[in-house]
Amino acid sequence: MNIELFLLVAAGLFSVGMFGALSQQSIVMLMMGLELMANGVLLAGGAFWRLVSPGSPDGQVLLLVVLVVMAVEMAMGFAVTSAIFRARDVDLTDTATDLKG
Amino acid sequence: MESVIGGVLGAVAVLAGATVFVVNSMARATYSLLVSFLAVAAMLVLLGSTYVGFLTVVMMTVEMAIMGVFMLMYMMNPAGLMPMSMRHNTRGALVLSVGTFLVLSVGVFAVPWPGRQGKPARDVTYDLGTALMGRHMLTMIVIGTALLATMVSGVMLTSARGRYDRYGDELDRRPPTDPVRGGVGR
Repeated sequence: MNIELFLLVAAGLFSVGMFGALSQQSIVMLMMGLELMANGVLLAGGAFWRLVSPGSPDGQVLLLVVLVVMAVEMAMGFAVTSAIFRARDVDLTDTATDLKG
Repeated sequence: MESVIGGVLGAVAVLAGATVFVVNSMARATYSLLVSFLAVAAMLVLLGSTYVGFLTVVMMTVEMAIMGVFMLMYMMNPAGLMPMSMRHNTRGALVLSVGTFLVLSVGVFAVPWPGRQGKPARDVTYDLGTALMGRHMLTMIVIGTALLATMVSGVMLTSARGRYDRYGDELDRRPPTDPVRGGVGR
């Protein structure tokens, strides 16, 4: 197993997720893109742990943090979607531009 | 052999991830994302991180099941019966993501990665557990607090009418404002 293979797949997942996060109109689909990006980070972290420093558990701890980030992102994303849908009937990113700079 | 399995799983992960943004049906998109997660989980198991791999399987299967419900709730075209474009700025997003992929892959092959240092512990799951309960206790505390804060804010954001809506900001409004009048003496 070489680290390049895993990192290449991770880069692919990250880029596909980035395409989704940037191009999707629906807030739910946008979150799917963000999840895919975190998925790539998870894989890259696993590869670094095993193929660079398997002696210490620090890499696995980092993987656990990434998993928690994915769970929190999904929960808060759906909560915000529910709140904004209930308040203003918004389910598209194009109609929720309040924070646009 | 392991490299071949890893390569196949990696291809499945990336292709399933790309399918998410191609199919019309929301159910198909959700389950393609699940396939992508399962492939990555299998790759983690292949790398030896059995606990995190199986945690990914369990967490993502349930998460996608819940996500399916939300997809049906909030999508314009839940069943894919009425094909329509759900994208904006597709070209810009494509240019940016392909550019990111090229930069990252050049980095993957250009950087001289350090060789493997140390040997994995006999039981890596036990190793992870003792680290979380010992040296990395701070990480565990932060994770726990973050999850608790998520639960509280999730409930707050999604509740339709809380007590502050009924009794006012100082909780001193009597009688409370309710959409439908009711109760004794009101």
